[in-house]
Amino acid sequence: MIQLILFNVTNGLIIGAFYVLMALGLSLILNLSNVINFAHGGFLVVGGYIAYTLEPYLGFWGALVASPFLTAILGLAIERVLIRRVYGRDPLYSLLLTFGLAFVFEDGTRYIWGAQGKPFTVPAFLTQPLSNELFFITGYRLFMVAVVAVVVTGLFLLLRHTRMGIRIRAGTLDLDTVSALGVNVRALRSLNFGVGIFLAGLSGVLAGGQLGLEPTMGAGLLMPSFIAIIVGGVGSLIGTLVGGLLIGVAAGLTAVVMPQASEAVIYVMMAIVLLVRPRGLLGEEGMLT
Amino acid sequence: MSVAAGKVATVDADRERTRKLAILAAIWGALALAPFWMPYLGGYTALGTRVLVLGLGAMSVNFLLGFTGVLSFGHAAWFGLGAYGCGLVLRYVAHSTSLGILAGTVLGGILGAILGALIVRRRGVYFAMVTIAYGQVFYYIAFQWSSLTGGDDGLRDFQRAPLDLGVTSVDILYNSTAFYYFVLICFALVVVIMGFILRSPFGRTMIAIRENERRARFLGIPVDFHIWIAFTLSCFFMAFAGSLYALLNNFADPLGLHYSQSGNFVIMAVLGGMRKFWGPLLGAAVFVVLQDYVSSMTVNWQFFIGLLFVAVVLFFPRGLLGFFQQRGQA
Repeated sequence: MIQLILFNVTNGLIIGAFYVLMALGLSLILNLSNVINFAHGGFLVVGGYIAYTLEPYLGFWGALVASPFLTAILGLAIERVLIRRVYGRDPLYSLLLTFGLAFVFEDGTRYIWGAQGKPFTVPAFLTQPLSNELFFITGYRLFMVAVVAVVVTGLFLLLRHTRMGIRIRAGTLDLDTVSALGVNVRALRSLNFGVGIFLAGLSGVLAGGQLGLEPTMGAGLLMPSFIAIIVGGVGSLIGTLVGGLLIGVAAGLTAVVMPQASEAVIYVMMAIVLLVRPRGLLGEEGMLT
Repeated sequence: MSVAAGKVATVDADRERTRKLAILAAIWGALALAPFWMPYLGGYTALGTRVLVLGLGAMSVNFLLGFTGVLSFGHAAWFGLGAYGCGLVLRYVAHSTSLGILAGTVLGGILGAILGALIVRRRGVYFAMVTIAYGQVFYYIAFQWSSLTGGDDGLRDFQRAPLDLGVTSVDILYNSTAFYYFVLICFALVVVIMGFILRSPFGRTMIAIRENERRARFLGIPVDFHIWIAFTLSCFFMAFAGSLYALLNNFADPLGLHYSQSGNFVIMAVLGGMRKFWGPLLGAAVFVVLQDYVSSMTVNWQFFIGLLFVAVVLFFPRGLLGFFQQRGQA
């Protein structure tokens, strides 16, 4: 029983780590540019498939590093050509635009790489269970959590200590003033979008190693990421982090008692948060509401 | 001078009124005669019925989006709930079309009213996100509770019942033209109600909130309450359209609740022109015909629907009606 609970909690933590990576990217873009990026799941899928394509040439490690950067470059191009045009307009238009892009991505990957799932092989030494007792803790799972931890720490350090990070945080609070102080807001938004898409690409590669690749995998991860943001509080990145881990673990624990409800429980959590604390756990009143 | 100007104004107003009446007559005439002219353009009656039902859904979304300025991106939830309510009654309770419609409308409307009350104070992006998540809740319920809803396969094994009018009964199951007219009458009923609400003081207040919420608040209008009422009405209309959709297909499936369906309704409204009363119907017609055509050409039809979304945002943000009107004035 203890093993079962441990198994599901670890599972939940790992899933939560994914949600965090995905939701942090979404959250960055949402906070600074007020754009809900529906196409985020699409970028995730593209990241995974690019890694799949590169692996025969660069190997696992090369693909792991290169793919997120390439995905981010694709993201920057799309931001430049399309998304930039809807900044400052009614959020309706950015929603519809990224929503359409999500369709384009999903069918585009299906067209290029085929509808069948693709395996993304990880080095053999990572797939071994670490001990017989805790058979479910494979090296790859630990590795994923470690990567997520490092990247998330890096992101928070970046935001706290670099000039760009400080500008992004300031822009989240009051973009007009930041602009008036002489910061190039266009470039800031592009850069911020690129960072968000980088995180999506990285989640795609990591998820591909664990679950294999499918054109629809992005859509399935998108909704929990939304909920992570709502539960954690719109406008707070720490909130998104907490929200993602929380719903991951909650889903894992529910799987112990009632496996079929593990997906539903995150919506219940959202409903409770909306009822009791509409701004989200760590959200500030008045942000984007 | 002022007398002459006044005269010109009344002449203009008269002309405007005649023009509006002519447009209305043309719309209703085209709808009433659709089963006769559509086959010549390569359409078929069931496609026309689909346009009416989805058009009603898009108009209900637009009731909120275009006239109150509130962006709900999860309205498929109420549409799908209407469909399931109607289907479940027809399958398990009674073989009665009117009872099915009533049940569907009430189910979607009441749940919309309750959940709407939780979020009416939210706005913009946040409102959109929460409504998307709401929609997904019902999607998962319909998906998981397969003993009741048929799960992923959808709710099957029910059929619309003949209409019992006392003296005679109308077969709307096998006679698709009769069913078209039945849906048209239902459509007209709701559209007339919508039109009256929008012309009422309440409707004017909705538009005032859309134009300037802060000013409306300063005028002492209970803005949140008005938005809640508008949201609730829109949910009832939406659920009504959803019940008709279940009758149309003799089928209800979880995808009808999914947020991609919500996106389709919003794009129909925007494509046609969301500041116009009839815009969403035009948008629905274009969307349904296009989807019907593209999905018969390629399996990757969603790719092209996605491009349509992008094109609408970039080139027709005011919709087809807004676009043509602008060109007419220029």
